[in-house]
Amino acid sequence: MAEPRLIEISPVTRVEGHGKVTIHLDADGRVDEARLHIVEFRGFERFIRGRLLWEVPVIVQRLCGICPVSHHLAAAKAMDMICGVDELPPTAEKMRRLMHYGQVMQSHVLHFFHLAAPDFLFGFGAPAEKRNIFEVIREQPELGRRAILMRKFGQDIIEATAGKKIHGTAAIPGGINRNLPIEKRDAFLKDIAEMEDWALDALKLARDYTLEHAELVGHFASFPSHYMSLVRPSDGALDLYHGNLRALASNGDTIFDQLPYDRYHEVLVEDVRSWSYMKFPFIEKLGPLTGWYRVGPLARMNTVDLIDTPRANAARDELMASDGDITQAVLANHWARMIEVLHCVEKIRELLHDPDLQGTDLKATGERREEGIGVIEAPRGNLIHHYQVDENDQVTYCNLIVSTTHNNEGMNRAVKDVAVQQLSGQPEITETMLNQVEVAIRAYDPCLSCATHALGQMPLQVELIDAAGTVIDSRVRDA
Amino acid sequence: MSDFTFTIDGTEITAKEGQTIMDAADDAGIYVPRLCDHEGLRHQGGCRVCTVKADGRSVSACTQPAAPGLTVENETPHINKLRRDLVEMLFHEGNHLCPICEASGNCELQAMAYRLDMTAPTKFPYLEPCRPVDASHPDIALDTNRCISCGRCIRASQDVDGKGVFGYVGRGIHRHVAANGEDLSHTDAEVTDFAISSEVCPVGCIIRKRIGFATPIGEREFDKGLIGHKISAKRDD
Repeated sequence: MAEPRLIEISPVTRVEGHGKVTIHLDADGRVDEARLHIVEFRGFERFIRGRLLWEVPVIVQRLCGICPVSHHLAAAKAMDMICGVDELPPTAEKMRRLMHYGQVMQSHVLHFFHLAAPDFLFGFGAPAEKRNIFEVIREQPELGRRAILMRKFGQDIIEATAGKKIHGTAAIPGGINRNLPIEKRDAFLKDIAEMEDWALDALKLARDYTLEHAELVGHFASFPSHYMSLVRPSDGALDLYHGNLRALASNGDTIFDQLPYDRYHEVLVEDVRSWSYMKFPFIEKLGPLTGWYRVGPLARMNTVDLIDTPRANAARDELMASDGDITQAVLANHWARMIEVLHCVEKIRELLHDPDLQGTDLKATGERREEGIGVIEAPRGNLIHHYQVDENDQVTYCNLIVSTTHNNEGMNRAVKDVAVQQLSGQPEITETMLNQVEVAIRAYDPCLSCATHALGQMPLQVELIDAAGTVIDSRVRDA
Repeated sequence: MSDFTFTIDGTEITAKEGQTIMDAADDAGIYVPRLCDHEGLRHQGGCRVCTVKADGRSVSACTQPAAPGLTVENETPHINKLRRDLVEMLFHEGNHLCPICEASGNCELQAMAYRLDMTAPTKFPYLEPCRPVDASHPDIALDTNRCISCGRCIRASQDVDGKGVFGYVGRGIHRHVAANGEDLSHTDAEVTDFAISSEVCPVGCIIRKRIGFATPIGEREFDKGLIGHKISAKRDD
C-alpha cells in the first residue's frame, strides 16, 4: 500500500522574495493539505523601535527593493500624522503622487512582462529554460524592448522625485525635500505619448489573453472572496495614494465603506499560524474562516466606483462587464494590472502639466501627536504602516500589514486549488504541474519578504517524503 | 624665522613659521586626508588618517611642524593603503549603515572611504555596538553607535562654546563620546552650540532633530565632489 507523501516546492520562482510550497498527499495520492510558507523572518517591526521618527521612511523602505516607494510613502504619511500635518502643501503631495505613479507603473510592468509573461506567452507547460524574460526578448524583441523602456520610464520618474531609482529619501515628515525642475518635466513629457501608446498595447495583450482563455482564467485557482482597498472619499474613485477603506463581499455587498484608514484596527485583526512567518489578517466581524479578503489590482477594480482617467476608466468598465467569473479570477489580475499601468501613465501626464510641481512650499508643520497611521495602495495592494512615537521622537511601536500579507489566505487557497486540480491522484509529478502551482501564486505578484527579489530561474527542489519523513524520491533543478 | 619652503609629493610649497605640515599644505591647495582635524579647533593628531612620511618618518600632518627642506610624501599608494585600513577599522568599530543614515552624503567618514577607494568591507570583524540612542534633549540626539572618537565635539564644546557638554567614556576600542551628565537633557547643550553644528561631527553621531533628509540627494556636501575638493580647488585657482 502506498504511503502518504509530502511534496515541497522550494523556493517558489519568479516572485519577489523567498517562499516554499508544501503539498501533503494521502496514501491514495489525493491532496490532503497544501500551503505556501514564508520562510524569511525580517524583524523590521522590532528593530525600528528606538529609531527617530524622521528616519522611519528611509529605514522601513529597505523592506523591499521592488516597491520601496510604497513603504517610503506609507511611512511618510504616518509620520505626517505624527507631526500633526493633515494636509501637505500641494507641491509635496503632487511630488509624492508622481513618485507613486512612477512606482506602480514600473512594478506592474516588471511583474507583467518580466515575471508572468513567459507563462502566458509560452504556456504553463513550456520547457523551464524557456520561461524567462530573455526568451521573451528573443522571441518578441519589440515587446521585450518596450518592457524594459516602460520600466525605465517609471524608474526615471522615481529618481526625479525621490532622488534615486531605488531607496530615495525625498518624502520627509510633513512634506518633500525637492520639486521637479522644468527640464526634467520636459524630458518626461517628450516620452509620455509613447508610454501611453505602449500601455494601451500592453493592456490589449492582457485583455485579449484573458478573454481568449476565459475558460482557463475563470477556473484556474479562481474563487470568490471579499475585496478591500482605499477609495477616494468624494466619489469612490480609484486613488492609489490616499483615501478611505472600503471592503466589499464577492456579491458586491458592502462590508465597510469610507472608513478613515486610521481606524483600520477596528475592522481588521491578524491571525498567526505556526508554519509561516506571515500573518493572516481577516475582517473581525466576519471571523477568520469567512473574513479573509484579497487586495491588489483586481481587488481595486472591484471595489472602486470609477477611475478618474478616461482611458483606464473605459478599460475598467470593459473588465467589469465581462463574465462574473473573470472579476473574481486570480489570472484576471494581469488585465487589472495593465489597466492600472494605463491609469498611472494618464495621471503622470496630468501631473506633469501641473505647475504645482515646480512650487517651493515643500513642507508643513503641525502639533505633535503620539500615533500615526499611513495607508497607501501599493502595486500589490493595500499597505498599512502604524507607529507610535514618544516625546523624545523615538519609535515605541510599529505594525506593518503589507499587501502580500492581506493576500496570504487567498494565495494559500489558490495553491490548494491548483494542487487538487493538478496533482491529486497523479502517479508522477511533472514540471508543468509544479509550474501551475507557481503560476497561481505568481498571479498575486507576491513580495514574499518584501525585500529580497528573485528573478528568473531559481533552484527548485522537490522531494517526495513518506509519512516517516524519509525521502523516497527527489528532483532538483539547478539555478 | 621667515617663510620657508619644503616639498609635498615633489611639489615645492611655502610655509610660514609655526605652521604644521597640514596648515601649509592647505594654504598651498594640497589636501591631506583627515578626520579628527577641523578648522577652528586645536589639532589633536588622534585619527592618524593624516599620516604622511616626512623625511621617511611616519608623522601626523596635523601636528608635525613644517620645516625647511622637509621632503613629505602624501598621496602614495602605500600611505593611502594605511589610511584605508584605518578608515575600514572605523567602519568596523561602529554601526555605519550609510543607506539609512541621515548623514549620508554629508558624512566625512563615508566620503573618506570613497576617496580612498574603500569599496567593500574586508578583513576586520564588526564590533556591532548596541548603545541606546540618547534622544532626551528636545532638539538634539546622540547615536554613539556611529561615533568615531575624533573628539571634535569635545574640543568644540570646551574651547569654542566654553561648556564641556561632551567627554569620552570607555577604554580602548570601546571608547566613545558621551554626554557629560546623566544624558543630553541634563547638560547645557543647545542646538546653536558650535559643537552641535553640522560641520563639527564628521559622522551621524550628533543629530540635530527634525532636519534629517531635508537636503535632497544631489545637493549634499559630497555629492558636489570628493572630500578635500575645496582645498584642492585653491591650487587649481
